[in-house]
Amino acid sequence: MSQVRTIRVLVGKPGLDGHDVGAKIVSMALKDAGMEVVYSGLHRTVDEIVEIALQEDVDVIGLSILSGAHLPIAQKLIKKLKDKGISDIPVVIGGVIPKKDIPLLKSYGVAEVCAFGTPLTEIVECIPKVARHLTN
Amino acid sequence: MDEKEANKFELEWGGEIKPFYGPEDISGIDYQTDIGNPGEYPFVRGNHPQMYRSRPILQRVYSGFLSGEDTSARLNFLIEQGLRALSLALDLPTQLGLDSDDPKAEDEVGRIGVAIDTLQDMEDVFRGIDLSKVSTNITINALAPILLSMYVATAEKQGASREQINCIVQNDILKEYVVRGAWIFPPAPALRMTVDVIEYCARELPKCNPVSVSAGHMRSSGANAAQEIAWGFEIALAYIQTALDRGLDIEQVAPFITFTIHNKLNFLKEAAKYRAARRIWARIMRDRFGAKSQRSQILRVFGGGGMEDLTMQEPLNNIVRQALVVLGVVLGGAQALGISCYDEAYTIPSPEAQLISLRTGQIITEEANLAEVADPLGGSYYVEWLTSETEKAIIQIMDEIEASGGMVKAIDEGRIQRACAKEAYLRQRRIDSGEQVWVGANKYVSKEQEWDVKLHKYDPQIRKRQVEKLNRLRKERDNARVEKCLKELKQAAESGINIMPSTMEAVKAYATVGEMTKVLREVFSEFKEPAIV
Repeated sequence: MSQVRTIRVLVGKPGLDGHDVGAKIVSMALKDAGMEVVYSGLHRTVDEIVEIALQEDVDVIGLSILSGAHLPIAQKLIKKLKDKGISDIPVVIGGVIPKKDIPLLKSYGVAEVCAFGTPLTEIVECIPKVARHLTN
Repeated sequence: MDEKEANKFELEWGGEIKPFYGPEDISGIDYQTDIGNPGEYPFVRGNHPQMYRSRPILQRVYSGFLSGEDTSARLNFLIEQGLRALSLALDLPTQLGLDSDDPKAEDEVGRIGVAIDTLQDMEDVFRGIDLSKVSTNITINALAPILLSMYVATAEKQGASREQINCIVQNDILKEYVVRGAWIFPPAPALRMTVDVIEYCARELPKCNPVSVSAGHMRSSGANAAQEIAWGFEIALAYIQTALDRGLDIEQVAPFITFTIHNKLNFLKEAAKYRAARRIWARIMRDRFGAKSQRSQILRVFGGGGMEDLTMQEPLNNIVRQALVVLGVVLGGAQALGISCYDEAYTIPSPEAQLISLRTGQIITEEANLAEVADPLGGSYYVEWLTSETEKAIIQIMDEIEASGGMVKAIDEGRIQRACAKEAYLRQRRIDSGEQVWVGANKYVSKEQEWDVKLHKYDPQIRKRQVEKLNRLRKERDNARVEKCLKELKQAAESGINIMPSTMEAVKAYATVGEMTKVLREVFSEFKEPAIV
């Protein structure tokens, strides 16, 4: 029997926004909860994020977006994941996300939205629930 | 009161806060040497004898979105409402040196600020605004030489003289590696560009301020009040030392350095922070650098911030929060004021929200007259004690940084980034546990899930509009002149001479931000982030 592996999360900063304090503290909280975190660094394109997800074989992609560009970025990312045949990797989005955009993001295929103000405990609980390899 | 509640009464960096303060708490403080009257060394009570009576606080409202024309309409609206000083927000492609037609800019043109591709866009922003009279702050860091050149060129085209042009470029690249992340080049050439701007302003633009050291951005991203000032001061000292190494005199440099400082809501603690900061800065300038003139010893501050404390829940409460920020800035004796707007937990502000933010400052300073007496908190046992405690904490952090090789080394090694992220993480955990109260967000949370806020709307057509404008301009301009200017800019960057004059020429030839940045990138290369998490 194979062991249950540690959940690997890619914390990504797509686009040009450099406000990364949210990405950093979420990374710290996930690590403290025993998960492995791969941090993309800043100014990443959607293609680069997908490439890192592939190479690092992550179970969840978490994106932090504060620039207001979450809708087009999410659409592109989900499409790219499909193109690459890894649409089973769930995408969770955090940052400055108005409530009215949450149903839209979910309709694109985003698994969960943890907008500004979401407690870290909720984010930490949400990740194993959506992570691939552990579901189904 | 149970024990858990009692634990809350402490300073951010540790140390008890007592239930009340009396004469014994300030017995070691000497009024003449440690405090002094307003306008007198060490300027604890303010930079000028008459303070706001002679120099009213200058409120700025951070504005910019979509195109130059769209931004101009908003600026003109705010000026009609009594705004006397501007603060320009640029979109991310502009801040990172990408033209609007760059594939990487696709989703971000005009989104969180105005799109500036060439001088033409800057001219459009300031149409109908007399740049010989108004003061403008531009939040630009990695590319401060380009944006300052555009502003100067626009002002000169309007007929303003160099003596009249009053512009502050943020130009604080070192903090971009710690927080905010709008870096392009590695620290060494970036520091050189920062000092190129300082040197140019010192020689050519007497009313411009080439740097606003953004201590506040680190505060908003986790730093406590003592770290904010200590890290900001150490960054400022790195710029000053680099300028002195280039042969400038402290009296030429110090008067041009300004600071951006952010507040939390406890305006007593914040006012004490400004007072402590002025005392430390005056002593460093006088005793370490031998600065003799008052202009070189005083600390100039653009105070405000507070965006990290805004809630998405019950957003009108944010108006109250911002009023408390204003109180800290005014009672603290800052020179300029810039607060966020109540809807900024959602997106960049609507005109209605900007107007309320402007009115908040006007009500506090002009209607309530809280600016009529200098340093009204001076002499309070509590505030004087707090000022001294804050000063001690700041100096301790500065000493540690200096003992371990200085700020540039600390940032290079990622130490400041890690310390800042750690503080932010601890803050979030205090909020999550309820130890730190956030009304409406983690305490007294109402069941209401939707708030009716009229938000700023983005126009997805902006990129198309902007690219068409850019293409037209590329056809109409003198492209041979552009090529020549870009070549000269490259030579300046390679040779190590000040890049401001050749940047100015390229800007005037309508070279694009992307073209100029490409040249600089070829010479300076790109920054590679150290791993922080």
